[in-house]
Amino acid sequence: MSAIIDGNSERMTVWLDGEIDHHNAGGIRVRIDETLIRLRPKLLSLDFSAVTFMDSSGIGLIMGRYKNIQSWSGKLEVINVPRSMSKVMRLAGLERIATIRNMEEIK
Amino acid sequence: MKATNEFRLTIDSRSVNESFARVAVSAFVAQLDPTIDELGDIKTAVSEAVTNCIVHAYPDSVGKIYIWTGIYENGKIKIKIKDRGCGIIDIRQAMEPLFSTLGGERAGLGFAVMESFTDKIRVYSKVGKGTTVCLEKTITGRPADD
Ligand SMILES: Nc1ncnc2c1ncn2[C@@H]1O[C@H](COP(=O)(O)OP(=O)(O)O)[C@@H](O)[C@H]1O
Ligand SMILES: [Mg+2]
Repeated sequence: MSAIIDGNSERMTVWLDGEIDHHNAGGIRVRIDETLIRLRPKLLSLDFSAVTFMDSSGIGLIMGRYKNIQSWSGKLEVINVPRSMSKVMRLAGLERIATIRNMEEIK
Repeated sequence: MKATNEFRLTIDSRSVNESFARVAVSAFVAQLDPTIDELGDIKTAVSEAVTNCIVHAYPDSVGKIYIWTGIYENGKIKIKIKDRGCGIIDIRQAMEPLFSTLGGERAGLGFAVMESFTDKIRVYSKVGKGTTVCLEKTITGRPADD
C-alpha cells in the first residue's frame, strides 16, 4: 500500500495504491492526516483507481478522514472506485457523506 | 455431505498475515473457476473474519487462527475461521451493522460484509474459549450479468 499526496488549501488529492486492510490502513492514515491538517483543504479527493483490494478497514479509513475535514466543513469525494470496492462502499452507505464516482468500465 | 477437497491452515494472529490468509483461501477456491467478483467476495469476507481474530479475539497477545476450507459438490464452498481468543458475549449484538467494541477506526461492518458477501454465515462463540465463523458460498462461475 502506498499513496501519492498532493494539493493545496482548495483541493487535496490522495492517489491510493495497493490493498487497504487493517494491517496497512494505519500507516496510510498517518500519512494522509499529516498533509490534511497542514493544508485544511476545502475538498479532499480520494482516488481509488489503483486500489486492488479493500475491506471494512477502508471504510474506517474514509470515515475517519471525513470526520477530520468536517471540523473545517470540508467536503469529501471518492473517485475512480473499482466495481469490487463500490459494493463495500454502498453497504456502508458512504454516499451519504461523500460524492462517490465509480471507475469507468473498460469494455 | 463430505468435502471433495479441503485444506487447513494455522497462522499467527499477526496483522501481516491478513493478506496471506485471504489470498490462500482464494487461491484454493480458484480451482472452481470462480468469477472475479466471486473471488473478490471471498477475499473480502475472509479478510474480515481473520482481522477480527487479530484485533478482537487476541487483543494483547499473539494467538493462533485456524482456517479450514472445504469444497463440496455443485460449487459449494465452506470456510471456517476459528480462534481460541476472548469470545463474544452477545453474538446478535456483535453482528449488528455499525456495532463495534473497539474505538479508533473500526467501522463495525465486518459481520455485515461477511453476511452480504457470502450466502450464509454462522457464528459460534464462548466467552473465554473462542469464536468460530462459518461461511458458505456457492460458486457459479458464470459471469455476473449486471
Ligand atoms: N473473533 C472475535 N473474537 C471476539 N470478538 C469478536 C470477534 N469477531 C468479532 N467480535 C466482536 O464483534 C464486534 C463486531 O465485529 P465487526 O462487525 O467485524 O466490527 P469491527 O471489527 O469493526 O468492530 C467487534 O467489535 C467485537 O466486539
Ligand atoms: Mg471487524
